[in-house]
Amino acid sequence: MRFERRDHPSRLLTVLAPVGAIAAALIVAGVLIALAGANPLRAYALILKGAFGSRLGVSEMLTRATPLILTGLAAAVAFRARLWNIGGEGQFYLGALGVTAIGMVPAVSAMPAPLAIVLCLVVGAVSGTVLLLVPLGLRLRFGVDEVVTTLLLNFVAVLFVSLMIEGAMKDPLAFGWPQSVPVPDSAVLPKLMDRTRLHVGLLIAVAMAVAVWWVQARTVFGIRARAAGLNPRAAAFAGVPLGRTLIMVACLSGGLAGLAGAIEVMGVKGYVTTDLSPNYGYSGIVIAMLANLNPIGVIAAAVFSAIMFVGADSMSRALSIPSYIADVTVALSLLTMLVAIFLAQYRVRR
Amino acid sequence: MTRVLELSGVTKRFGPVTANEDVSLHLDQGEVVALLGENGAGKTTLMSILFGHYTADEGTVRVEGAELPPGRSRAAIRAGVGMVHQHFALAPNLTVLENVMTGTEPLWRLRSDRAAGRAKLVALSEKFGLRVDPDARVSDLSVGECQRVEILKALYNDARILILDEPTAVLTAQEAEGLFSTLRQMTAGGLSLIFISHKLHEVMSASDRVVVLRRGRVVAERRTTETTKEELAELMVGRKVERPARPPAVPGRVLLEGVDLSVGGKGGASLHGVSFRLRAGETLGIIGVSGNGQTTLAGLVSGLYAPDSGALVVDGQAVTVFDVPHAIAAGIGRIPEDRNAEGTIGDMATWENTVLERIWSPEFSSRGMVRRAAARVATDRIIERYDVRGATADARIRLLSGGNMQKLILGRVLEAGPDILVAAQPSRGLDEGAIAGVHERLLDARGRGAGVLLISEDLDEVIALSDRIRAIVGGRLSPAIPAERANAQLLGLMMAGDWSAAEAIEAEAADAV
Repeated sequence: MRFERRDHPSRLLTVLAPVGAIAAALIVAGVLIALAGANPLRAYALILKGAFGSRLGVSEMLTRATPLILTGLAAAVAFRARLWNIGGEGQFYLGALGVTAIGMVPAVSAMPAPLAIVLCLVVGAVSGTVLLLVPLGLRLRFGVDEVVTTLLLNFVAVLFVSLMIEGAMKDPLAFGWPQSVPVPDSAVLPKLMDRTRLHVGLLIAVAMAVAVWWVQARTVFGIRARAAGLNPRAAAFAGVPLGRTLIMVACLSGGLAGLAGAIEVMGVKGYVTTDLSPNYGYSGIVIAMLANLNPIGVIAAAVFSAIMFVGADSMSRALSIPSYIADVTVALSLLTMLVAIFLAQYRVRR
Repeated sequence: MTRVLELSGVTKRFGPVTANEDVSLHLDQGEVVALLGENGAGKTTLMSILFGHYTADEGTVRVEGAELPPGRSRAAIRAGVGMVHQHFALAPNLTVLENVMTGTEPLWRLRSDRAAGRAKLVALSEKFGLRVDPDARVSDLSVGECQRVEILKALYNDARILILDEPTAVLTAQEAEGLFSTLRQMTAGGLSLIFISHKLHEVMSASDRVVVLRRGRVVAERRTTETTKEELAELMVGRKVERPARPPAVPGRVLLEGVDLSVGGKGGASLHGVSFRLRAGETLGIIGVSGNGQTTLAGLVSGLYAPDSGALVVDGQAVTVFDVPHAIAAGIGRIPEDRNAEGTIGDMATWENTVLERIWSPEFSSRGMVRRAAARVATDRIIERYDVRGATADARIRLLSGGNMQKLILGRVLEAGPDILVAAQPSRGLDEGAIAGVHERLLDARGRGAGVLLISEDLDEVIALSDRIRAIVGGRLSPAIPAERANAQLLGLMMAGDWSAAEAIEAEAADAV
């Protein structure tokens, strides 16, 4: 058996690949659900009901999707240019911490809300960017593999957050719990729906996806970044400034991950703890791959993943299947997606 | 004579494409058969069938009378057929002996019998005149030596039939001569050889019999002594092909001048005090064995990096900013040495590949936005004017053949109307028809007053296109000789670093002026 590259991967296959991958993942996860003693169809029905069956379910699902869209975009943007940013998690935390830190400045809490919000979002994005520029600098300067450095910096970032919320930024009114001072009221994101947690961060995330798509498809920077990723030598021959392009990619990628953290803390939590993110940064990598690095596809992949997580919670309450099944399904869909991407580009020959 | 290899009636189809049709071919003991054909004629497919990488739809392969089972990749090797690929498969961090012995011993044996291996290797290398140090690290060897290691590797596996796929593609003229005399020694030692090539003079000098393949069929078979280059060329291409002739030059002002340029270690080799002049309407040929600094020189003029010392003067102005956009804006057109690795990005669309190097110009972008419509129009124009077959603006460029890819590169460069053209190995890997097309374009550019800096390893090409010729050796440029005085022997001396004759000729030419 051998694999031959398809000359013309059809558009249909490219769209069918993720759909097929998710279907395959659901089938395999269904076997696991059956092994745990429940009817898989009923379980999936309950998952859908949990995510879509009520106003609260929908709002929770979309609240959950919001940071995932942004961390997914962060990974997709970087991977496009072959910048292996595995540090979304750390950048997410630094973004959140940056917002809280700037919120401690008295002038910020005295600002009118729109101004404070914009300032905090920018600070969050910049904080995330800074954390990615360090490994990128090491790569450009000394050739250090960024997979290792970005991954390990995640732990450094979380420990740094822990240091700050136990120390300089600790909330004195939290009865000794390790949590940061809350963001000022002026920087809290307005709600989209009453009596739910859904906030305008969702709109920001979707707008970002469209903006990233536009940048990649229409701008000189977008073409150059793609060229630098696909074939750095040919890109350099065509005059693409490789270092500068990667720095811009890193600003975009780190900025989006930082923005995810900022929005989460400004829209949902209100303060930083070390369990602010249920692996949003890592999930972003899976979502980017599921979307085949397409920014619009990231929205769909993030929503899929949010449905699984939110739906699985209510499903597990009803069927006493552990809600880990959501993690398993999303992880499986990454594996099946990798196979599907491969099959969309290659054909099997005997 | 005993027949050692026989392919009969081999047919292989890939969907609607027939790669081989009813191909029959035999090889006798002690014979050298040249398999001649253009790129895409089906030579490689045929050999892949012999080695079991593909299964033939029809036909059989017999080695020494026994039929090989189809589709078994080890069968041919066990039967004593060895292949030396065009691209070497050697581990650079291992020694010659280790490379040769790799894969010959069972994986589960704890120690390898190096003494016996060494004895066998030394015996083989003496018997066939393939001199090489068994303990040398492969990364320290020259290309010619690497090839000897590849041949020894096949012989070590007890090959009695050896297939050489384009063996001279990476060799210098001298190394190729060395290879041909080795081939003689190998046939005298009882080996039989198939020699795949599309270069006529090699086929004429190295083979006993020539089999010509065109569009997957055997179109002719000749004894080498009973045919001519011209006949073979016509058989191979299917029509008469003539490379364009070079009209006399009308040299104008100096367009490009290098003054004592030195570059350390960029592009794989260094340049030491290189000086040259290129005038409008002339072609300066730079010939040299690869790895002697021609890549560095091309990269320097192309704006990929700055010199450590010395000056590059473009049309009277010393270059201060060495980068690609400045080079292009200064009127330098660049044809890269490696189409696939450097000249194009396979997974990007044809239009993107066309405009990428000039995307900063107002023609193709404004305020950071790509002018996609303009880019597509420009691409379609190039596809039409330069006859780029099989290309559409939106398809990925990897689908194009080498010749058509080169046409597109020529198009994107020449449509910008460059004053100076840097053409590095412009016809490497192309077939006869495509080469003639490339040469015509280069001569046209010269004819309309551009200066052409032609960097090539191909003697025929340099002699045919250049007005003056310099050799590049160890990062230094030889004196320039007029093309009329050039011949293979003189250029060979120049490439080897013996410049006395060239100096005399340059002095003579200077006196005449």
